[in-house]
Amino acid sequence: MTAASDVSSHAIARARWRPAEIAFWILALSCAFLFPSRYLIMTDILRLALFTLSLDLILGYAGIVSLGHAAFFGVGAYSAGLLALHGIINEPVIALVVAGLVAMVLGFLTSFLVIRGVDLTRLMVTLGIALLLEALAERFSNITGGTDGLQGIEMQPILGLFAFDMFGKTGFFYSLIVLFLLFLLARRIVNSPFGLSLRAIKNNPLRASAIGVPVNRRLIAIYTIAAFYAGIAGALFTQTTALASLDVFAFERSADLMLVLVIGGTGYLYGGLIGAVVFKMLQELFQTITPQYWLFWIGLVLVVMVLVGRERIHRWVLWGPNLVSRQLFGRKAVMAVPESDAP
Amino acid sequence: MTIALETRGLEKSFGGLQVTRELSLKVEQGARHALIGPNGAGKTTVINLLTGVLKPNAGWILLEGNDITNLPVHKRVLRGLSRTFQINQLYADLTPLETVGLAVSERLGRGGDWWRRMGTRDEVNQEVAETLGRFHLLDVMNERTATLPYGKQRLLEIAVAIATRPRVLLLDEPAAGVPESERHDILAAVAALPRDVTVLLIEHDMDLVFSFADRISVLVNGAMLVEGPPDEVARDPQVKAVYLGEAVHA
Repeated sequence: MTAASDVSSHAIARARWRPAEIAFWILALSCAFLFPSRYLIMTDILRLALFTLSLDLILGYAGIVSLGHAAFFGVGAYSAGLLALHGIINEPVIALVVAGLVAMVLGFLTSFLVIRGVDLTRLMVTLGIALLLEALAERFSNITGGTDGLQGIEMQPILGLFAFDMFGKTGFFYSLIVLFLLFLLARRIVNSPFGLSLRAIKNNPLRASAIGVPVNRRLIAIYTIAAFYAGIAGALFTQTTALASLDVFAFERSADLMLVLVIGGTGYLYGGLIGAVVFKMLQELFQTITPQYWLFWIGLVLVVMVLVGRERIHRWVLWGPNLVSRQLFGRKAVMAVPESDAP
Repeated sequence: MTIALETRGLEKSFGGLQVTRELSLKVEQGARHALIGPNGAGKTTVINLLTGVLKPNAGWILLEGNDITNLPVHKRVLRGLSRTFQINQLYADLTPLETVGLAVSERLGRGGDWWRRMGTRDEVNQEVAETLGRFHLLDVMNERTATLPYGKQRLLEIAVAIATRPRVLLLDEPAAGVPESERHDILAAVAALPRDVTVLLIEHDMDLVFSFADRISVLVNGAMLVEGPPDEVARDPQVKAVYLGEAVHA
């Protein structure tokens, strides 16, 4: 009996909320009041964070690499745009969910192509699907507006109550709430038996099937869920900017996404969020210093980061909090740690 | 006597190389059956065929009388055929608790639960605790598998297979590479496997084979050379020839 309850408490421990996580979300919320003039960039960060969270679900947990995740972002973006433009669904929240579902259907259909094969095949297939969609969007310009994008999208108030304002305040809170809710869902998923089976598949697919895990079915499921997340991120983009143009499908978007996730770390959900903040801040910083060559500096940061090793950076970053925590509570602060850095 | 696992005329070749030849094997219910043979005899291929990693070119595989020749790997596991791995194939980043927890969840049909957290189902917890306890893994259940001593990893290997509640268990060299000091635990664990579980042991180590098996099949060049009880096999001149490294002219 005691052994079983011991097992239970240890198993649940992984899913328990840590103080650092609560602090993270309080900090995110307080940003709204600390920087009231920066809503637009902060909303941009939230969208990117949600988009990266989607990639983390497939790459960080299930080990599926993708260079074409913008496909789902783009489909979500155009779906939300078309729904609003033609007045099919005027209420943004419902439209958001519908746009996510459209991306989800696409994710389900393409998952069968993606799960077969190894990393290189997956990179090529995902890349190909995104390119295909971009070309299709350009070809059917009567629907998508072609290179001009969708013109004249007007967003209705959220739930009929909160109108989007020109400073982006509504958009920011809207995005923050959506991100938080979807984060909670993702957190639930990764701490479930389903989530555990994904980590097992990532570790060793052969072994996973040898203990009875239906590998393909699980990969299809998580790919479909991730497509929903990416579609929601795209729909948020359209709804908060009233824009949808061909660059939602762009290769750069998929490639940047990979950078963001690598910066933040894979397999602990916060990687996408932290990565998005760091990436956008670096982008802002470097763009003010050298508007033309900012990519050079991003590249340099990446190379240095990989050489130094994220584990060491993690230690440096935690030095401050650990010092405070030791003074106050006499023990080290417990932080969420990326899977790759776990001791 | 009922037959737990059977193959009929199993054939497998890679290109021009034939690695399994007309293999017909019967493993009786509750048996302690060993499959031995020199290096390159095709033992690993037989395991891969039985578990479904490889598809045979010809022949059938029957589990308790049902044809499983075309079932995918995970379905065979759910039907009661599990295996251990010779080389370490454990999840380096997962703990023993998670590894066994996953196997139990899958067997109980709970592996697809995406809403419930791990550790909140009593029947799963009970069984995980019991399995970890039986294989002396409770004290290390929260450590990453990659950091465990090799002997513990081998025990976990068997524990995971048992957690799938197999009726037929394929043990692929369970004691391979285990240092002498940790060997005892492995041998004890193998000896203590429940009697109702049929075991097919694939092994190199003759001491282990002769202390454990009640029936032995000798595989040479992908074909069955001799089959019988241990003392008979030990006396067989053909087997002696093979293990003394002489060429066999059948």
